[in-house]
Amino acid sequence: MNYSTGEIWTIIALMGVGTFAIRFSFLGLIGDREIPPLVARMLRFTPVAVLPGMVAPLVLWPTGAGGEATVMHVLAAAIALFVAYKTRKVVWGMGAGFAVFFVPQIIALL
Amino acid sequence: MTITTTKSAFWAGVRDGFPFIIMVAPFAALFGVVAIEAGLTVAQTMGFTVLVIAGASQFAALQLMTENAAIGFVLLAALAVNLRMAMYSAALAPHLGKAKLWQRVLIGYLNFDQSYMMSVARYEDEPDMGLEQKVAFYLGVALAISPFWCAFTFVGVKIGAAIPQGIEVSFMIPIAFLTMVTPMMKSLAHIAAAFVSVVVALALAWLPSGSGLLVGAVCAMVVGVAVETWMERDL
Repeated sequence: MNYSTGEIWTIIALMGVGTFAIRFSFLGLIGDREIPPLVARMLRFTPVAVLPGMVAPLVLWPTGAGGEATVMHVLAAAIALFVAYKTRKVVWGMGAGFAVFFVPQIIALL
Repeated sequence: MTITTTKSAFWAGVRDGFPFIIMVAPFAALFGVVAIEAGLTVAQTMGFTVLVIAGASQFAALQLMTENAAIGFVLLAALAVNLRMAMYSAALAPHLGKAKLWQRVLIGYLNFDQSYMMSVARYEDEPDMGLEQKVAFYLGVALAISPFWCAFTFVGVKIGAAIPQGIEVSFMIPIAFLTMVTPMMKSLAHIAAAFVSVVVALALAWLPSGSGLLVGAVCAMVVGVAVETWMERDL
């Protein structure tokens, strides 16, 4: 991370203000204003439009490993996804993925 | 149980919010761990968690910051993740839009997935609830969860500082995101959007950090809406 302290606090502050503006938006307006249906539809897709595109390069070219994915990276990601999908529980998927990825690393350190 | 007083509405909210702590605490701790690992100070990590209180966008911002993306891209991508909350705001407005300004400011600050979901569900179950009770219920849910979000980030900060070198902590972010995205695959339209997001982001990975992601996100939203519209026409 190459940002100055001021830049980091700027990011935090602007994210705080921006997120509040989004959350307050319709609550702040006077009267019951409706969201146009097409806009409402687009908004529902925002997390699913942003997050997968962020994850894919991280799994294929992980920054912490110098951009070279190992079998362990791909395996841990696949198992996390599989367990989260099968159990329908995000926490279980995360736990399974972490276990596959980190237990060998911890053992290697001992 | 029917809600009669403002006080009982608040405690009904607390009861409905409480189980979510099991879900929120690990994510909060995880944010603490990866933020410290990425190089944020304790104050910055806690500032993030208290001022933003929106898990997925905090992880998104942090990830782009470790890639040294331009500040504009960090903000755009992270705030895009939060845009769905404008929808929550619109859904809450008919119920809470007439509350006092300070109450609406507080409700806005505490408008997140769980508080929105539980409250709108309860308002629809009990149409007789008065404005005061609705506000109290909402704040009950939100205040049952949010202190734990902040507290467990701090626990994560402490854990993060104790993790030895040689453990690739940064890979926690993609694993966490993958599992967070799984329950969002509610329909073919969502899967199509996710697919487009991945393909475009990978194809444009050579562009400055964060920019390919945004192009992909816009394409994915358009595709998601298009597929959904097409599926509805078919029915």
